[in-house]
Amino acid sequence: MSTIEVSPASPRSGEFQQPVVNDFSIQVATINGSGSQTANSVLMRAIFQMGVPVSGKNMFPSNIQGLPTWFTIRSSKYGYTARKKEIDFLVAMNPETAREDVMKLDRGAAVVYDEPLKLDALRSDLHFYPVPFDKLVGPVCPEAKLRKLVRNMIYDGIVAYILSIDMEEIHRALFKQFGKKKAKAAELNWGACQAGFDYAAKTFKKSDPYRVERMNATAGKIIIDGNAAAALGCVFAGATVVIWYPITPSSSLVESMIGYLKRFRIDKDTGKATYAVVQAEDELSAIGMVLGAGWAGARSVTSTAGPGISLMAEFVGLGYYAEIPAVIFDVQRVGPSTGLPTRTAQGDIISTALLSHGDTKHPLLLPCSPEECFTMAIEAFDLAEQFQTPVFVMTDLDLGMNNWMAEPFEYPTKPLNRGKVLTAEDLERLGGFARYKDLDGDGVGYRTLPGTHHPQAAYFTRGSGHNEKAQYTEREDDYVHNMDRLAHKFNVLRAHVPPPVVDDNPKAEIGFVAFGTSHYAAQESRDQLKSEFGIETSYLRLRAYPFTPELLDFIRRHKRIYVIEQNRDEQMLGLMRLEFDAGDIAKLRSITAVCRSMRGL
Amino acid sequence: MSTTLTPPPKKVNRIGLEIANYKGAKTTLCAGCGHNAISERIIECFYELGVQPWNVAKFSGIGCSSKSPAYFLGLSHGFNGVHGRMPSIATGAMLANRTLLGVGATGDGDTASIGLGQFMHLLRRNLPFIYIIEDNGVYGLTKGQFSATADMGSKLKTGVINDLPPFDCCALALQCGATFVARSFSGDKKQLQTILKTAIAHNGLSVIDVISPCTTFNDHEGSTKSYSYIKEHDELLNEIDFVPFYDDISVEIAEGEVKEVEMHDGSKLRIKKLGRDYDPTSKFDALKAIDEAGKKGEVLTGVFYVDTGKPNFMDLLNIDEAPLATLPESKIRPPREVLDHAMEELR
Repeated sequence: MSTIEVSPASPRSGEFQQPVVNDFSIQVATINGSGSQTANSVLMRAIFQMGVPVSGKNMFPSNIQGLPTWFTIRSSKYGYTARKKEIDFLVAMNPETAREDVMKLDRGAAVVYDEPLKLDALRSDLHFYPVPFDKLVGPVCPEAKLRKLVRNMIYDGIVAYILSIDMEEIHRALFKQFGKKKAKAAELNWGACQAGFDYAAKTFKKSDPYRVERMNATAGKIIIDGNAAAALGCVFAGATVVIWYPITPSSSLVESMIGYLKRFRIDKDTGKATYAVVQAEDELSAIGMVLGAGWAGARSVTSTAGPGISLMAEFVGLGYYAEIPAVIFDVQRVGPSTGLPTRTAQGDIISTALLSHGDTKHPLLLPCSPEECFTMAIEAFDLAEQFQTPVFVMTDLDLGMNNWMAEPFEYPTKPLNRGKVLTAEDLERLGGFARYKDLDGDGVGYRTLPGTHHPQAAYFTRGSGHNEKAQYTEREDDYVHNMDRLAHKFNVLRAHVPPPVVDDNPKAEIGFVAFGTSHYAAQESRDQLKSEFGIETSYLRLRAYPFTPELLDFIRRHKRIYVIEQNRDEQMLGLMRLEFDAGDIAKLRSITAVCRSMRGL
Repeated sequence: MSTTLTPPPKKVNRIGLEIANYKGAKTTLCAGCGHNAISERIIECFYELGVQPWNVAKFSGIGCSSKSPAYFLGLSHGFNGVHGRMPSIATGAMLANRTLLGVGATGDGDTASIGLGQFMHLLRRNLPFIYIIEDNGVYGLTKGQFSATADMGSKLKTGVINDLPPFDCCALALQCGATFVARSFSGDKKQLQTILKTAIAHNGLSVIDVISPCTTFNDHEGSTKSYSYIKEHDELLNEIDFVPFYDDISVEIAEGEVKEVEMHDGSKLRIKKLGRDYDPTSKFDALKAIDEAGKKGEVLTGVFYVDTGKPNFMDLLNIDEAPLATLPESKIRPPREVLDHAMEELR
């Protein structure tokens, strides 16, 4: 996750603090499996509904029940959404971590906590609000086994009172969250919220400086996670064969898609599905099915994370070499190996760009927002079919699983690009075809789909050496010719990937390059550099690999370039090293390397 | 006086195609390889039943057997994939176009070793598909190592004895959900033809394990997959006959001797008992027969099991009758109002 250290605007003192409005972060520390997710989403949405920009980051364990989890809501009147390192307002519900959570706070922070934890004894420079949660939950939730879940809604009421969050917005967010079908559960939880609010109103004298005030910065916006956004993109891209194997953090991408497909893609006349979703036995099978379907002409897609990408390596090489369209989402998490499955990273860049043995290269699309998860899903299918090759969409856990504010998605204006597919009529006119012949100079041959009713339609697809007519060959000229054409195709594709977004500052000598979710901390850091140190910077946000000419131009216009990415080994910078000349490479610095040297490593 | 010589009319099948339309490229497998005989039977069966070749898709993995789809049905699309992963490729392709007739030719290395997982999950899904195992108990393309279907005690050319028990692909198929299961021998023309034709008519997953001797690496004294060994030990489970749906010839056999199974397309499989009391709709009978034959050192061939009533994978998924691959944009991209509505929900 791109995390930002925000220097406090004014030094804090225990006695008097300037009011802090719409610019602080709330952290809720709970135990996973305790149902805190609903309470946290409601809190975040209520602030959003008050027109204040918010972001929510869930830091959760790879576990179902009983381990610590932290949810951080940042409200920022400036619209910053990176995870802020400093916590201003803590809701300490987890006895296991409460002590450490409190000790880590900066002085002047506020703490709502479960009374028996007696956290107020730990420090004297914080604002403490003890709440007897167990006493409060009894009367509002007669059913004992539900109390563990409902208990969390009490802190929504408490926090609403202390931070002046409108209870009407809490009510609206809560009932939206539960939906019409679960109105009874919503009522029960609403009772708990109210109990919390009433208790706080009766008990607390506000001493901390934090407050939410209505703004108008979220009008028209939506809240969605990147996985759901990508899922919607696939549904509107006309995906027809969807294959998956569950893996954190990508599972919810296909789960969301299943939900949308059931609603939006059942033929009203026949009652039949215009799609097939299959949970495969593993990622090997998932990518195999995707390639089989792509070969037969379907828009096919799978979604996975790093370990799945590793398993798919052999098949992806086949997709590259036999030239079969496929769309693969990699919702990246921390590796290597099993790594930290519930933490975000951008660590699959090199391994995915060059996935498989032999000479292989694959286009990567790099969304940074839900809007781009939606649009790039659609672009990925078009690219895959146009260039007859696997295309990867590289998101990450932060983007995929956290809730983000976003502009509503725009309906696609371009028709689907199904690529060069010959029909029986085309074959009749042409009298035949050669599958891998580069007729148009773009490196892309024409294909036919199985089931095309024409005696000239068939060809034989193979991962072994083949010539233009798709016949088996071990001849070196055929091999070299084919590999050169594939390289040429990849070069042509360069002009069709989403170009970077460039913010050129004529006063700047240094430039930043970032991509994906690193964007948010990068943007905020640039503002900090300017306001606190007077340093002007330019910025280029990559949106795809292969690189487009804008990147090299950007490097050449600046004295020094810092590449920001969330991995150890400077992977994106590594891909640049493979392509650029020594003089250009010499200007590149990795932020991770800079940080390492600052730590004396 | 001059006479015009008119060539004799070419023989064609019921859709007007000659047998040449069902052939493939020239085989590059060894002379006498059992796989070539299987390719011949496939060519004959598809020709005789009048299957439209461009409605067929062929699949294979890696190995000698997986080369064979190049040698039959040259007018059908073919996909030679990666080792052991043919089932997933075939599943994807069949999902994309359920109107295809899918046929896979693959080996015992693909099926029982590197691709065992994919094979078992294919069985479980009852995909409408013909899965042919060209089974020789040996890795031919890498020059003669044992595969996982090699029998205990079977000997390699080098003298190495196999001391691990084999997987019986038919027993696996029965247990994991295939709905037509049969074993044959590449040298038994009539039986293999009948089994293949039944598989073509079957609307579910067919598994056909064809013992197909490797003349180069596994046809010697001491091998249990050699021609001579199979000929000596081939034990027929039943006598079978296939009557295509368009054929109105009725064969009269006294009731009680023959069990007739009506296939999805109206064709009939006629199964005549041989000696033992055997019900081809009973998995239990099938497993018992395979087990007993194994203990006696027999290679049991024939139709083990047929179930025409189980829903196949396409039915379970409730997918459109038309190929998903070519549905028009209007069917696969929901209209603007749908997106607007979805956005409204998220505000």
